[in-house]
Amino acid sequence: MTNEQFKPADSPVFYVALILGMLASGVAVWDALHVAEHGLQLTNMNNQVFWGMPHVFGIFMIVAASGAVNVATIGTVFGKEAYRPRVRLSALLGIALVAGGLAAIMLDLGRPDRLTVAMTNINLKSTFGRNSIIYPVFILLAGLTIWVAMDRGINKFFYKSVNLATLFWRLIMTMGTGSIFGYIVARQAYHSALLPALFIAMSLAWGMAIFLIAQTIIYARNNIELHPQLRTRFKNLLGIFIGAGLFFVLVLHLVATYYAKNLDYEYFILFNGGVFPQLFWGGYFVLGTVLPLLLLYVPGLSAIRGSVTAAAIMVLLGGLSLMYVIVISGQVYPMDMFPGMQVSSSFFDGMIDTYTPSLSEILLSLGSVGIAFTIALAGLRVFDFVPRDDTAKLQSAGYLND
Amino acid sequence: MSEHKETSPSRRVFLGAAGAGLGALALAPGLQLIEISQASTPAPGASSKVRWGMLIDSTKCAKGCDACVTACNTENAINETVRDPRQGAQWIRKIDLKDLKTGREHSLPMLCQHCAHPPCVDVCPTGASMKRADGIVLVDRHRCIGCRYCMLACPYKARSLVFTPLTEQNPEVPRGKGCVESCTFCVQRVDKGLQPACVDACPEGAMTFGDLNDRNSAISQRLARVNSREVRADLKLDLGVRYEGI
Repeated sequence: MTNEQFKPADSPVFYVALILGMLASGVAVWDALHVAEHGLQLTNMNNQVFWGMPHVFGIFMIVAASGAVNVATIGTVFGKEAYRPRVRLSALLGIALVAGGLAAIMLDLGRPDRLTVAMTNINLKSTFGRNSIIYPVFILLAGLTIWVAMDRGINKFFYKSVNLATLFWRLIMTMGTGSIFGYIVARQAYHSALLPALFIAMSLAWGMAIFLIAQTIIYARNNIELHPQLRTRFKNLLGIFIGAGLFFVLVLHLVATYYAKNLDYEYFILFNGGVFPQLFWGGYFVLGTVLPLLLLYVPGLSAIRGSVTAAAIMVLLGGLSLMYVIVISGQVYPMDMFPGMQVSSSFFDGMIDTYTPSLSEILLSLGSVGIAFTIALAGLRVFDFVPRDDTAKLQSAGYLND
Repeated sequence: MSEHKETSPSRRVFLGAAGAGLGALALAPGLQLIEISQASTPAPGASSKVRWGMLIDSTKCAKGCDACVTACNTENAINETVRDPRQGAQWIRKIDLKDLKTGREHSLPMLCQHCAHPPCVDVCPTGASMKRADGIVLVDRHRCIGCRYCMLACPYKARSLVFTPLTEQNPEVPRGKGCVESCTFCVQRVDKGLQPACVDACPEGAMTFGDLNDRNSAISQRLARVNSREVRADLKLDLGVRYEGI
């Protein structure tokens, strides 16, 4: 594929998509301003469940951002030829996802107008405080990754340093995000050193899935056909990442059930907790893990056109389900302040709470996805980040031989 | 042109004088404020020699009595109307307990435990959650961004977010929509040498407030005599609030 054959996405479809993305972004900002004026009483959050749907989406996107940039890491740090043309798109998606995720969390603050306070008063002991430095640096490093990938005359040492720094920073960022929950000693649902590791494993599958969906859309819009052998490689990598995520989820729950004090909470989210077992088993396990693995590995299914993209979409839906279970169930489940006692109070102590996201929270959540989408779309329009494979290079690197 | 040459210096002088005058006008109030602030004697800060604490005797605390809660709400002007009771702020609440094995029942007030190692202070991204030198844990309402991470971290569910716009506040107790808050031990009263409102209001005298570092204080002497415990002592947070009878 040469530049002459390449058809830039300047059709009406591009502008319609851009307008839709901007509309969704605008709705998120409008919703946040509206809530900021009247208070969070407009949401269904309360003093028992105070992190709702926007946090689910925000944390999900930030975790996925790290995985999206993993594609760039494979091309740069690990030098895999098939991933080199994908470095810039991968880093752009990473930037867009972190920006969208941060928007969801920042616009959901009780005082979103105090952004400058958050930026100028940082408590480094706090995971959130550290993350407020980690996330912008990630955006900077992802930007540098794009720059060093575009500048052919770049100093080799600088090129390697940037990409290595991006790899390590990605890991720090995902661990930092997992630590938001991992360090919480108060609640049975959290306080596990396995959570940062789980978040890293999850980020790989979620980011890869987003990358593959974006690539499919871009290729369809630009009449580019992905080489079947590359498709097989990406398909297998997504499968491995899904498996890695499942392994850590399994370990997390096995470790949790090892401690007798956690059994009641585990039973709650896995069996009798209403929406949580449904989302865990139906959403994460069946829709987000088993079905995608079948689509990717059962020969008859994996050959079907669109099966990899379908699997990637399922991975994302499963990921959102798992994130909902992690974020919300830990809040609705009562804290055990007085073991062996039946507890009741005017503040709903001892009670399993309920949470249903309000329209306002849903609009902010989807709007933050719109923000990420708009950034990615505008980036693709301004820069030529469409991955184009050089068959000769792939051939010599041994990709097309098997 | 010659006219211009003659008038330019005077215009410059005028503009210069006007600029200097405006500058002086702009700076003068600030200088005045500096003088005022330097003239006033700063209030003495909290002392690290003191560790404020509370001992609650649950055997005296009557089930159904919420005098401490009412006193707290009155003192701190927690009076907003909320559409969902779960969105209401509660700085102090009564918890009823029943031992599942023996059936023995207790009632006790739960409030911020004013930990020596407060998780809310550790997790606060902006440093709005803070511990005074005398052990009182507070939220700087000018610095709180309403992220609610402290609410996730508090093992006692002692913190509340303000979900609604507020009116009719106590000028000594700043509260604000979108900020997180919790019991302050009525710091505005303690700093005047008074007891927290809940302690004064308890009809049974079940709450003792005082300096844990002072061996002669009533609270220290009682703690030396009776068995008391910290809630969730397993977390080793060294609480300022202790309970007896549970």
